[in-house]
This record gives sequence, C-alpha cells and structure tokens, in this order.
Amino acid sequence: MNEIILEVRQLVTEIHQRRGWLRVVDDVSFNVRRGEIVGLVGESGCGKSMTAFSLMQLFPTPAARVTSGQIQFEDRDLAKLTADEMRRVRGAQIAMIFQDPATFLDPLMTLGNQIAEPLRAHNFAGNATARTRELVAQMGLPDPELMVRRYPHQVSGGQKQRALIASAMACAPKLLIADEPTTALDVTVQAQILDLMRDLRDQTGAAILLITHDLGVIAEMCDRVYVMYAGKIVEHNTTRELFRAPRHPYTQGLLRSTVSLESASAELFAIPGTVPNLNELPTGCRFAPRCPIANAQCKQEPPFVANDASAVACWNVERAAASDIWKLEIGS
Amino acid sequence: MANLRTGIAFSLIALCVVAAVFAPFLAPFDPFRGGADALLPPGSKSFILGSDHLGRDVLSELIFGARVSLAVGISAALSASVLGLVVGSLAGFFGGWVDGVLMRTSEFFQTLPRFVLALVIVAFFGSGIFKLIIVLAVLSWPPIARLVRAQILSLREATFVEAARLSGMGSLRIIAREILPNALAPVIVTGSLDIASAILLEASLSFFGLGDANLISWGGMLNVAQPYLRQAWWMAVFPGIAISLVVLSFNVLGDALNDALNPRLQETA
Amino acid sequence: MWFYILKRVAQALPLLLAVVVVNFVLIQLAPGDPVTLLVGDFPAPEEYVKQVRAEYGLDRPVAERLVLYLGQLARGNLGYSFANRMSVAELIGKRIGPTLQLMFTALVIAIVIGVTLGVVAARGRGKLADWIAQIGALVGYSVPDFWLGQVLIILFAVTLALLPSQGMRSARSVATGLDAFLETLPYLILPATALSVRFIALFSRITRSAMLEVLNADFVLAARAKGLSEGRVLLAHVLRNASLPIVTVIGYNLGLLIAGSALIETVFSWPGVGRLMFDSITKRDYPVMTGILLFVSLTVVIANLLTDLAYAALDPRVRYTR
Repeated sequence: MNEIILEVRQLVTEIHQRRGWLRVVDDVSFNVRRGEIVGLVGESGCGKSMTAFSLMQLFPTPAARVTSGQIQFEDRDLAKLTADEMRRVRGAQIAMIFQDPATFLDPLMTLGNQIAEPLRAHNFAGNATARTRELVAQMGLPDPELMVRRYPHQVSGGQKQRALIASAMACAPKLLIADEPTTALDVTVQAQILDLMRDLRDQTGAAILLITHDLGVIAEMCDRVYVMYAGKIVEHNTTRELFRAPRHPYTQGLLRSTVSLESASAELFAIPGTVPNLNELPTGCRFAPRCPIANAQCKQEPPFVANDASAVACWNVERAAASDIWKLEIGS
Repeated sequence: MANLRTGIAFSLIALCVVAAVFAPFLAPFDPFRGGADALLPPGSKSFILGSDHLGRDVLSELIFGARVSLAVGISAALSASVLGLVVGSLAGFFGGWVDGVLMRTSEFFQTLPRFVLALVIVAFFGSGIFKLIIVLAVLSWPPIARLVRAQILSLREATFVEAARLSGMGSLRIIAREILPNALAPVIVTGSLDIASAILLEASLSFFGLGDANLISWGGMLNVAQPYLRQAWWMAVFPGIAISLVVLSFNVLGDALNDALNPRLQETA
Repeated sequence: MWFYILKRVAQALPLLLAVVVVNFVLIQLAPGDPVTLLVGDFPAPEEYVKQVRAEYGLDRPVAERLVLYLGQLARGNLGYSFANRMSVAELIGKRIGPTLQLMFTALVIAIVIGVTLGVVAARGRGKLADWIAQIGALVGYSVPDFWLGQVLIILFAVTLALLPSQGMRSARSVATGLDAFLETLPYLILPATALSVRFIALFSRITRSAMLEVLNADFVLAARAKGLSEGRVLLAHVLRNASLPIVTVIGYNLGLLIAGSALIETVFSWPGVGRLMFDSITKRDYPVMTGILLFVSLTVVIANLLTDLAYAALDPRVRYTR
C-alpha cells in the first residue's frame, strides 16, 4: 500500500451564526494515500463540503474557522501554517474543483488565462503558455489554440468543468479535492468528467478526495469511503466492503435509497425524518432519532469510531448486521 | 445605531414641519419687512442668525422658507408617485403598444438631466409654486413607473391575481384591489427619496432665480447671498445647512423604510 | 462588435429627435409671441423679426412649422443671440472648453476618491471605516453642491485668502497654451472640489455594493483556491467584475454632472456653458436656452453611447452576442 499523504486528526470546524459558533465539522479523522481516490459521502448539510474547505483553510462564508485538530499533509500540519505559507500550498500542492463550473469561472477572463493563473501565482519555471495548451489538450478539449481564447459563456458546461480541472491540475498537485464535481452536469457529461478524473489520477499519481452525495459516483470511482452524518464520520471502509456489507444503519439506509438498475424492486425508499439541526443535536448518537434499532444507550451516549482500516460508529453493529433493519421499518 | 440615525432624521423632519405650519407664530420678525439693520452678524441686536442686506432677519426667513421646501418637496414627490403608479400600472397590465409608448416616454425623461430640462421649462412658462410642483412631478415619475411596471409584470401571473380573474373581476379592479397594494412598498421608499431630490431641485431652481418670487425659499436665500459671500457668510451658511439637513433626513428616512419594507435585505442585516 | 455599435447609435437617434420636438413644443406652447422665444426678449431690428417669422413659418400650420424648425436645425442654425451679438452655436462653442475642463477634473477627483472609499468600505464591512464612509456618502449626497461651493469660497477665498474664487484666470492674463493651463489650476481647485463631492458619494456607494456582491462570488473563492495573493484576487477578479456596474453608474450620471456644473459655474463665475445658461435666463435670451438644452442632450446621448461601448469592451458577454 502507498504512503499516507494526508492525515486529518480530530478536525473541528465552526461557522459563526447569530447564536454563536456552530460546529459543522465535529471531531473528524480520516486519511488519504498517494494516488488513491477516497470518497466522502453524505446528505447535503452533513459537513462534507466544510471538511473539504477546512483542508484548504478557505471558506465560502467569511465567519468560519478551523478550531482544533491536525491536518498533516506530507510532513507539515496545515492547521499550523501562516496565511502566506498556506497560500503557497493552495493551487500548487492541493487543488480544488467545485460543484457548479458556471459560477466558479470568472466571466470576464479567457479560459486560457484562468487555467494559467496558478502557474503564475506559483512562479512556474517553464513556458506558461505552452503548459496551458498542453493542459487543455490533456483535458480532452477540442482545438486548444481556440479554446484558450474563449470566454466561459462561449463553451458548454462540461467544457467549463474541464477548464476548471485543467486549472486545478496546472501545478501538478499531489491532492485534488473535488466537491460534487458532476452534480451540476448532464448525466452523459458526468460520466466523461469522472473518466477524465480517473485518467488524471492514473497519469499524474495525484490523490483525489471526492465529495459527493451520490453513492453511484462513489461505487464508480473510489478505493475507500468515509460516510458522514451531521458533522461526524459514522463509517469507513473500502468501497467494495462498504457496498457488500454496510454496517451502520445510516449507510444501510443510504444504500437502500439509491435506485439500483439491477434490482427489480421498483419501490423508492427514503430514510424517514431529516438531518438534525446543528443547533439542537441529540445528546447520544446523532442518528438515533431516525434509526429503527436505536435503544436507550444510543439516546444517551455518543458512539465512537476507531480510526482503523474499517470502523463504524454504532452501538448495535451486530443487530444491524443480523437482519435487514430498514425492511423491518417498512413492514412495521 | 441605525435606529438612532432614523430617530434623528425623523425628529428633524418633525421640527421642520412644525416650523412650516406655525411659521407666523415662531418667527421673531416679519421676514418680508426689512429695516435699517442690514448685514448684521449673528447674535447682534436680537438677530440670532444675523440679518441680510435689506435688514431682514435670517432666522425668520429660514422658518418661512421651510414652508416652500416642504410644500414643493412633498407635493411634487406625491404627484410623481401617483403619476408613476398610474403610468406603471397601465404599462404593466396592458402591455403591447401601450407599454411601448409609455416606456419610451419614461426613457426620454430619465436620460435627460432633470435640472436642465426644468430650467428651460420654468424659464419659458414662468415660475410660481404650483408650476414648479407640476414641472418637478412631470420630470420625476419615470423611475416609479418603471418600478410599478416591473412589480406588476411579476405579480400578474401570481396565483391570487389569477384567482381574482377567474372570479370575474375586471382589469381595473384587479389592479386597484389586488396588485397595487402589493406593489406599494418600493413606491413608498422611492417616493420618500424623491422628496429629498425634489427639495434639492427646487433649491437649485430658486438659486438660479427661477423660484416663486413672492415666497421666501432657502434656495432663493442662497441666490441673494451669492454677492454678499465676502461680507455676510451667515446669509449663505444657514440656509444651506437647513437644505442639507432636510434632504439628509429624507434620504435617511428612505433608507430606513427600505430596510423595514424589504424583507430580502433584513436577513443579511 | 460593429453591429453592436450601430445598434446603439440607431437607438440614440430617436432620443435626440424627441429633444428637438420638445424644444419645438415649448416654443409653441409658451405664453406670449413665439417670435420672442426665437429671438429673445430684446428690441430686435424689425427686419430680423420679419425674417425669423418667415424662416420658421410662424403664420403657417403647426406641422409645417415643425418641418421648417427641423430644417433650420439640420443646417446647424440654433438661432442668434442678440444679447451677445453672436450665433448661438458659436456662443456655445466658445464656452465648451472651460465646461469640459471643469467637468473632467471633477470626474477624475470623484472616480479616484469615490472608488477608493468604496473599496475600503467594502473590505472593512461593518467596521468603523465602513461606517464613516457610509455616513459620509449619505451626507455628500444630500448637500447641495452649489452651496458647498459658496462655503468653500467663504472658507478658502475669503477667510483664509488661499485660493481665487471667481473666473478661470486673472483678467489681465495674456498667457496661452500650457502657461494658461497652469495659471488656471488654482482657479480650478474650489469649483472642481465642490462639483465632485456629490459624485464621490455616489461612486463610493455603488463601488461598495458592487464589491460586496463580487467578493461573495464563487469565482473569487476559486481564485483564492488557486493560491493567488489577496492583492491579485482583488485586482484581477474582484475590481474587474465590480467595474461593470461602476462604469454604468459613472457613465449614466454624466448628465447630472452637467447640471451640477451649471450651478457651480454660476457660483464661481466660471466662463462655461452653465454660466451662459444662467446669464441667458436672467436676460431672457430664449434661443440660447433651447440651444443649450439641445447641446446638453447631445452630450448626454454621446456619454451614454460611450458608456455602452466601455461596457462592451469590459464584458465579453455583451461583446460577443451580436
């Protein structure tokens, strides 16, 4: 197995709201190995995007901060870097792509200039123009000469996302964070972008942290998966094992609610209830209010997750594994 | 902080209204009658704010001047709002060529500088307080009309309007009963800001010698003060402060109304 | 691009025509003999009055009069000013230079200070600097600029006796070219400052709100994720995108600047078009007034056209859609 390049330990991230600071990422630990594609999956609002922004120390809202924890990237703890040191990591060693390529590109700048920006920011030694053309070609974009002179409104959604990926890959980062990279795209384009990302991993050896709510994308892409719920990681396993034998009731519910083409049963399933408001979290297991097998202990004590090869944060793993708990739920 | 600001603005406007209404009782002197005591500085011989070149009391002139500023400002803004509401409703509800003609007209008025247009019109037709109000109203309606039109276009398809139409209400009744009440909030905000700009415009016209010659107005006082800047600073300074404070107050009031009536802004505040 | 320019020009023409028609209607509707409004309120030579009556067909039906009026304008004839013994076109032509000089100086001051204040306010949103800038903008927007001119005269010309306050150079000056320009500078300071305050307020407000909007845009986050320095993000992305609404507001408020300069020129006896307007009103020199209205309208239309072109130059989305 490859060496670990990113080791996150007990990360806590908070955002400021009217009532004070709110923990959106709560004691999260995970790791990524060189050349690996790791998935972070969960419903919207579970803190997976904020986890990604924490790694970059860069937030879409001004009032957000990493409160504690370590972000060990190679030999450095990113949480301890100064603002300027962190700036030199962004775009050079860790790059990021986003959900909606339309709004993440500057409408007034040519694609070529936007792709070349990280090169100039990090004092690229070679010929930036040539490197830009090479990147454009590598992304499978047609006619690089013309493409670099185009503006965002002149190209398709898929081409925009390719341009954003080109810009992210410009400085050959060791880690690419992809935040819902295909959610805003057409289904056929989604597959092409996923293929491209996998090819890039194979060619450059960059690791990818893939954030998505879509288990189909996870199954397609990832080596390992972390499942997040209400700011915490609840289960972690290799993709193969997670899909074969999900252990946490939440993971089991997520899998069941994913429409599988193979399964003949047409019944649509959704986990009852909603993600709890972070202001009013339950004292025990955060999933307990929605869990069909929650008992008194679940409601009192938060379960813990060990950070080993495969782990699950649940008091009733045996019971969850024994039978189809969600079928029970439907039956009752 | 914002409440304090609004409170001060409101008090100033109230003060101005009181001065305008009770001017004859409040003014220490008859502002129309001069005397031998010309160009006296503030504080001398019971002229609290000094006297002008004809020996008239500046304070008394200021108190009477509030009448013109408020009357012109409020009537012009009110007339412009009503005109804008009517034109905007017609354009928005009927669409087609009615909309085209009305909107081209409003573009015309919006493109040209109001002050220059007002200058020429008043110079041609003669000045007088009612003519001033009419001219200012005629030049100020377009932004309100455009606002109302936009509101109506978005409300026309709303379900409650659809319901009214299905229940057999006529077009005019629908506009009056269902749409206008909903479109009113932004009109009130723009209207209060219009009071400020109408007061400023009236002062500018009066400064150009195009105000009502029979009335005392703050802009007219500044016109009179211009040749005496070297001898009698008080003739210019006090009327200008009065104009600035009243205009500022109406602008603050408009901003406060905007914050209060615009729910979208409240969340980010 | 060329199509876009042509389209804009074509849209501007009806507006100018409308101004001409309004002028015509004013002359027809105003109380009194229209010939007075065409000649001015002076004892003019009998045969000139007769000539004007014939040229403008004042005894003819309205439609015919409009055509004749348009014909005169098309020949560049804006009328003749008896008060100045000069044709109106020539008269305005002589006054354009000083007016442009004053307007341009005030505009530059307003853009530099206004945009800077707006950027500072947006960067320190909710802090003391922002609060002060916002209050300042509100005050600056409420104070009548001509009165501000009077106060500046009282302070700097009368009390401190630092700067001249009337005219644009010494009456005995014979300087030309660069020397004349340098001699004008001290005369320019007070009127340009007075004229710029309102626009500083306007530009700082729009800059602040435009900046705040762009600062929250996704592409700014993306630019930061590339590791660009904060200065570079601000310059290459934020300011550039924020400049679109700023340019629009600046361009479309040039008309306001002309109106303001009319008042300021009167306060400072600045020998420009605005002062000419004031003089023509006091002398009831009607042809000069209508001529200036036409001139101002033309200026505004040209300014709007230039604004649209500047917008197109900045925004590829406008540039490449026909």
